Amino acid sequence: MSFDQLLALVLDPDLLERYGPRFIDGLLVTGKLVALSFTLGALLGMLLALARLSNNLMLQRLSAGYIYFFRGSPLLAQLFLLYYGLGSLKGFWQDVGLWWFFRDAWYCTVLAFTLNTAAYQAEIFRGSLLAVAPGQYEAAKALSLKRSTTFFKVILPQSLIVAIGPLGNELILMIKASAIASLVTIYDLMGVTKLAFSRSFDFQIYLWAAVLYLLIVEIVRRSLKHIEARLGRHLR
Amino acid sequence: MTASLSLATPTPAPQADPRKVVVTIEGLNKHYGAFHVLRDINLNVREGERIVLCGPSGSGKSTLIRCINRLEIAEQGNIRVNDTDLSLTTRQAAEVRSEIGMVFQHFNLFPHMSVLDNCTLAPMSVRGLSRKEAEERARFYLNKVGIESQAGKYPSQLSGGQQQRVAIARALCMKPKIMLFDEPTSALDPEMVAEVLDVLVKLADTGMTMLCVTHEMGFARQVAERVLFLDGGQIIEDASPEAFFNNPQSARAKGFLAQILH
Ligand SMILES: Nc1ncnc2c1ncn2[C@@H]1O[C@H](COP(=O)(O)OP(=O)(O)OP(=O)(O)O)[C@@H](O)[C@H]1O
Ligand SMILES: [Mg+2]
Repeated sequence: MSFDQLLALVLDPDLLERYGPRFIDGLLVTGKLVALSFTLGALLGMLLALARLSNNLMLQRLSAGYIYFFRGSPLLAQLFLLYYGLGSLKGFWQDVGLWWFFRDAWYCTVLAFTLNTAAYQAEIFRGSLLAVAPGQYEAAKALSLKRSTTFFKVILPQSLIVAIGPLGNELILMIKASAIASLVTIYDLMGVTKLAFSRSFDFQIYLWAAVLYLLIVEIVRRSLKHIEARLGRHLR
Repeated sequence: MTASLSLATPTPAPQADPRKVVVTIEGLNKHYGAFHVLRDINLNVREGERIVLCGPSGSGKSTLIRCINRLEIAEQGNIRVNDTDLSLTTRQAAEVRSEIGMVFQHFNLFPHMSVLDNCTLAPMSVRGLSRKEAEERARFYLNKVGIESQAGKYPSQLSGGQQQRVAIARALCMKPKIMLFDEPTSALDPEMVAEVLDVLVKLADTGMTMLCVTHEMGFARQVAERVLFLDGGQIIEDASPEAFFNNPQSARAKGFLAQILH
């Protein structure tokens, strides 16, 4: 087999010309989807973690219940529940003026992913907040720092050092799980892959998808390492 | 038992002392669950007074001084600091607390901040100082504790003794009226104890009101005006260092001294 034949098997120039641009689009959609829901999920997750650690029994229970539900059921089920389940209540959503949201696959997907990753991130944040030594809270109190200053300047930076590793894992899992979005008509990386395959019936399309996912994950992994080193520079 | 009970009420400070009372503790009782940590504590601390608290492990020394800045809250009794009742609103309590500096056994420096930032955080965010003012003040106190040259380092790059001196400087940067020390030297390697005690002696010379939990009896003799001996959550003895060391009244204090001076 010549080199050209081999190349045609894994990276056929014709195929690339036809579907390459679509793959770029898919890549961007996947990136946007993951970045958006991961960030929103981080905010929600932090609130859930704080609720879980609060002294308010009701907040604790609510947050624990939320985490239990979203970690205990498959993301796919959650997405379908949102898009097809809630999305079928057209009349209701029209009444409350939210139909534009629930009829849209993109919004539903972002919401489902956000709600799901928030539960995992809440547990990560909770653990990392508990990992900060009690003496740090005491020192902050003894200096009469406000609660907000204590949280943002003293506790959060230290807990992030602990959280960053597990958060990175969650992000990577999410990048891969985001392929599920293609099941509700989103043309993310997996969406365009399926489309391209259904037209070309060439298996190398899936190879491209795999390599591209691998590439994103690798970029994320390296950036995280960099951030981790920066956050922990005082530990040397 | 009756004998020690009669000793439990400390003899009041001599009426002649003209100094203002800055901390008043009346009838303080605290429990941890069923465990009675502080029993009926009464104590007056006067401005500029230097008090050493000692006593066996678990006698409630830490709990007592932590009540003074409300790190712990007693369920019964009164604490007044500069005539402000600490059981009042948390806002007032926070204001009072900012007049009280505390140094912990394990330093509790903020590990992710440089020495300088450790010292400027509270003055800037609580006192509203500008960064420049706060840094000036921080350098002044870091210089006092002999550590100004390390201002840019992180706590983990310093020795234990250096870290504790930074912690003292950090507390002083709030210009507190009262300083509390909870065994400031007991987590240090022996060769670093002296450098921290030196700083404490210098601080005492400035007229700072100090309450210090310590088992450094040499330090107590040199610096303290009063030694309080706690046992089982009670103040068993309240005496001058000479009286306490040379002529302890209770059997428990005698036993404690015999153990510690050995
Ligand atoms: N948060 C807490 N919950 C329950 N018990 C506690 C708590 N903190 C302290 N105690 C108990 O209260 C008692 C007094 O504690 P405290 O720390 O005041 O003693 P101490 O005199 O400072 O002793 P040490 O010399 O060991 O520091 C101890 O028996 C301790 O086990
Ligand atoms: Mg103690």
